[in-house]
Amino acid sequence: MIVVENVSKSFTLHNQGGIVLPVMAGASLVVTAGQCVGLAGASGAGKSTLMRMIWGNYRTDSGHILVGGTDMACAEPRQIIALRRTTLGHVSQFLRVVPRVPALDVVAEPLLTQGIAPVEARARAAALLTRLNIPERLWSLSPTTFSGGEQQRVNIARGFVHPWPALLLDEPTASLDAANREVVLTLIEEAKARGAAILGIFHDEAARARVCDHLVDVAQFAVAA
Amino acid sequence: MTPLLTVSGLTKTYGAHTGCRDVGFELFPGEVLGIVGESGSGKTTLLRCLSAQLAPTSGTVAYDMRGLGPTDIWSLSEPERRMLTRTDWGIVHQSARDGLRMEVSAGANIGERLMAVGSRHYGNIRTEAEGWLTRVEIEAGRIDDLPTTFSGGMQQRLQIARNLVTGPRLVFMDEPTGGLDVSVQARLLDLMRGLVRQMGLSAVIVTHDLAVVRLLADRIMVMKDGRVVEAGLTDQVLDDPRHAYTQLLVSSVLQV
Repeated sequence: MIVVENVSKSFTLHNQGGIVLPVMAGASLVVTAGQCVGLAGASGAGKSTLMRMIWGNYRTDSGHILVGGTDMACAEPRQIIALRRTTLGHVSQFLRVVPRVPALDVVAEPLLTQGIAPVEARARAAALLTRLNIPERLWSLSPTTFSGGEQQRVNIARGFVHPWPALLLDEPTASLDAANREVVLTLIEEAKARGAAILGIFHDEAARARVCDHLVDVAQFAVAA
Repeated sequence: MTPLLTVSGLTKTYGAHTGCRDVGFELFPGEVLGIVGESGSGKTTLLRCLSAQLAPTSGTVAYDMRGLGPTDIWSLSEPERRMLTRTDWGIVHQSARDGLRMEVSAGANIGERLMAVGSRHYGNIRTEAEGWLTRVEIEAGRIDDLPTTFSGGMQQRLQIARNLVTGPRLVFMDEPTGGLDVSVQARLLDLMRGLVRQMGLSAVIVTHDLAVVRLLADRIMVMKDGRVVEAGLTDQVLDDPRHAYTQLLVSSVLQV
């Protein structure tokens, strides 16, 4: 479902004397349906960079990144948008929302953009918010006012509201208490059971051991500066 | 799929001075394109050339017209072009005073566009106008008030209602949230996102505000000195900018 082939990446900093920073070369990995692969490596090794290239908000210098048959390394913007709408889901570390939009609609939005009726979309969003222990009295408020852990759970609900066939998770359990961590791990297990291909970054070792089928150490792809 | 808008080699010069030079892109149905750049970079000139407000020096703007297919808008007759801009297009100006008729009521501002496409029944026009005022979150009771009695944010929302009432397929917006304070801006952004989604609109939005494009646009073009220096998926250009100017622009944003 997700195939990364011989990918390289460098950054050019034009406003700092045009320094070129090569960060990655020869990165390759495969995530098949129903599998969860964890990215391992020390901070700064390039886990997030690789994940961003797969999500498409970082560009790829060379190589291929196939998600459901689309090559993210050279796809047109509208192909990437279509892919994100139906095929590729993403739970980032930070929630970015339009102020004033209620939490319930933030979670339902991916369904609304697919043309699912608002009543059904909100019902599915509500079910997930309930599972993630976000009290109903908060649903009509904008998540911009929520605590860090609550924002993270809204973000997770948004990432699991549609059964994306491919899913990227950037530290989904980072700021959660034990009960909510358990809910998230169960959601990941359920997604695997329905055949989702998941690529995740988990600093929480117990979580990693429980959900990941194998680990890929990104340090092997790092380019010595 | 046929692009709604196909632009190539679009250039506008003012004597020796360049407004915009050699701009080309395609816009597909349902897409929102953001044009960013600092003041004087040529974004507004480009928008005015695209939206038939200003004749370009050279280049073409082909629009996929209903029943006709892609047609260069500058090959149309003046009345045909005016009809297009009043029915199938919407143009939201930075200053509501350029986009509204300040001397007639809010209801008349909306009704005027409907009458331009042939509506004649007063009751129907009024009902439609009330419906649109509610949709853009203006109390229906304000229908007979002049826009001069509205706040800046309300005037901007009235302008949007006036433009969307004829069910356009393409909307041009020049700094739609410029000059509004942030809470009003947030409300307008939320409204515009909802309308774009519900009506399947395509839009071209000019702004210098990177936060606004991130929330509204699928793709962006970055302009400097009249040329497009970088273009692509919005989060790609903002998170991994390649051109020196885009890197400067992104790193200059103040963090709150």
